[in-house]
Amino acid sequence: MGESGRKDRQLQVEAIRRGTVIDHVPAGNGIKIVHRVQKLSPTARLTVGLNLPSGQMGSKDLVKVDDWLFTEEQAYELALFAPEATINVIDDYRVVNKFKMSLPDTVQGVFDCPNSNCISHNEPVQSHFHVMQEGDHVALRCHYCERKFRDTLFN
Amino acid sequence: MASNRRILFPGTGPEFRPTTPVVCRQIQNRTGTGYTGAQMTLDHAMPNLLYNKDIVSITDLSPEALEYIVQTAERIKAGAVRPWLADRVLASCFFEASTRTRLSFETAVHRMGGQLIGFSDGGNTSAKKGESLADTIRMIASYTDAIIMRHPQEGAARLASEFSSVPIINGGDGANQHPTQTLLDLFSIYECQGTLENLSIALVGDLKYGRTVHSLALALARFGCTFRLISPDALTMPDYLLEELSAQGAYYERSSSLESVIPEVDVVYMTRVQKERFDPTEYMHLASDYILRADMLSNAQPHLRVLHPLPRVDEIDVSVDSTPFAYYFTQAENGVYARMALLALILNEDLGEVMNG
Ligand SMILES: Nc1ncnc2c1ncn2[C@@H]1O[C@H](COP(=O)(O)OP(=O)(O)O)[C@@H](O)[C@H]1O
Ligand SMILES: [Mg+2]
Ligand SMILES: [Zn+2]
Repeated sequence: MGESGRKDRQLQVEAIRRGTVIDHVPAGNGIKIVHRVQKLSPTARLTVGLNLPSGQMGSKDLVKVDDWLFTEEQAYELALFAPEATINVIDDYRVVNKFKMSLPDTVQGVFDCPNSNCISHNEPVQSHFHVMQEGDHVALRCHYCERKFRDTLFN
Repeated sequence: MASNRRILFPGTGPEFRPTTPVVCRQIQNRTGTGYTGAQMTLDHAMPNLLYNKDIVSITDLSPEALEYIVQTAERIKAGAVRPWLADRVLASCFFEASTRTRLSFETAVHRMGGQLIGFSDGGNTSAKKGESLADTIRMIASYTDAIIMRHPQEGAARLASEFSSVPIINGGDGANQHPTQTLLDLFSIYECQGTLENLSIALVGDLKYGRTVHSLALALARFGCTFRLISPDALTMPDYLLEELSAQGAYYERSSSLESVIPEVDVVYMTRVQKERFDPTEYMHLASDYILRADMLSNAQPHLRVLHPLPRVDEIDVSVDSTPFAYYFTQAENGVYARMALLALILNEDLGEVMNG
């Protein structure tokens, strides 16, 4: 049944049998998402659509990841770069799960602390930040050194 | 293929719910329900908010906990001391040397009958051999009842608290926190003004790099104090701190002249403007604006007091030392009482009758 899947005609990028589609990424942020996904798994097979027309958003970016069904936690890490995105988990050509993104409270083990004198670098702990929405940007405060950084420092 | 079909998440996806708990900035109280009284009196019906706690950052302490420490320090200074650390062994681990902080901590331990192990600089510790701080702390915690530590890297005390089975007391972690300095400053202000509430405070000198004034301002803001900020343009208080003060509803105002704010304030908190931050002629030109001399205090309110974290160089002229306004030597002495209060409260659930007098 797969190849004749119900939506092929509408899909703006090739259909996948199993994997994850990150949809409704604000145009321009798709590359950051690709970057993050590649950090999570350097061998991930990705297809990227940039500046695709979107009814709701005008234009959007979209990233498809083959053969990897995102967990909620993995999805929320990406929320820093696209708080409005939707994560669609695809199995057997169907959307079997959908997460609406939202900023996480904390981010652990994803980025190194930009403070080179922070104790987190050479100790058996994961990096750990507290996420704060400050007006129109997101700031991360290191759980250890307590310094606060703009999200743009992590892109 | 059909046999491989798996529905991984039956039904539609769950609504987003954070998987990691919101981290609470306030320390957990393991022993009671929390202090509710607003009165500045020691009431021993209320639980000891400090018992068994880590003291990593001044923001971990609620205003109630700060008052509790300050009031306990006052009783201790008045002579209410018992061997609250008898039979206890504390570690004093200075991965970075510090004479004043270490000696006042160690004095506090001895005055309450405690025993000490430890080291006074990082030079010949296991860290040199590549052992992680996490492992070092785990080991020392298994020998002792509490660990006092200073470390050159930011976040060291927080990390230590995650690996230690006994309370961690931060004696300074790099450029980050130094909560016991703030405690002794608060105690000194409470002692000389009779309250921490609604005071008018002048912060003078290097307001950019000085973590001491940053922590103090944030702590005092929670008691409704207002601030006059007097610093060279290059050393003004950072925006993020001003934002935090505003967020707490604290009023602050920059002033260009130290002398002109003196009649209006209760406390003048002086800090050093470091020569190294300026070229020599620039320094000569501006430094005199941030030096306090006795003649500038002629219009001070009688209860005004001058504080300084010490060591001073020339920012407080020696002519001030003999005026009734000088309080910085008492403040230095108070470091021992503030640390005694903190250690006694961390290591004893109840300090007993002696606190009720
Ligand atoms: N088998 C598939 N392969 C690739 N992309 C898919 C597949 N199924 C759905 N998508 C994409 O996942 C996103 C969400 O799909 P769906 O929930 O069906 O629609 P929507 O959320 O747009 O109403 C859309 O961008 C859609 O194009
Ligand atoms: Mg759509
Ligand atoms: Zn850090």
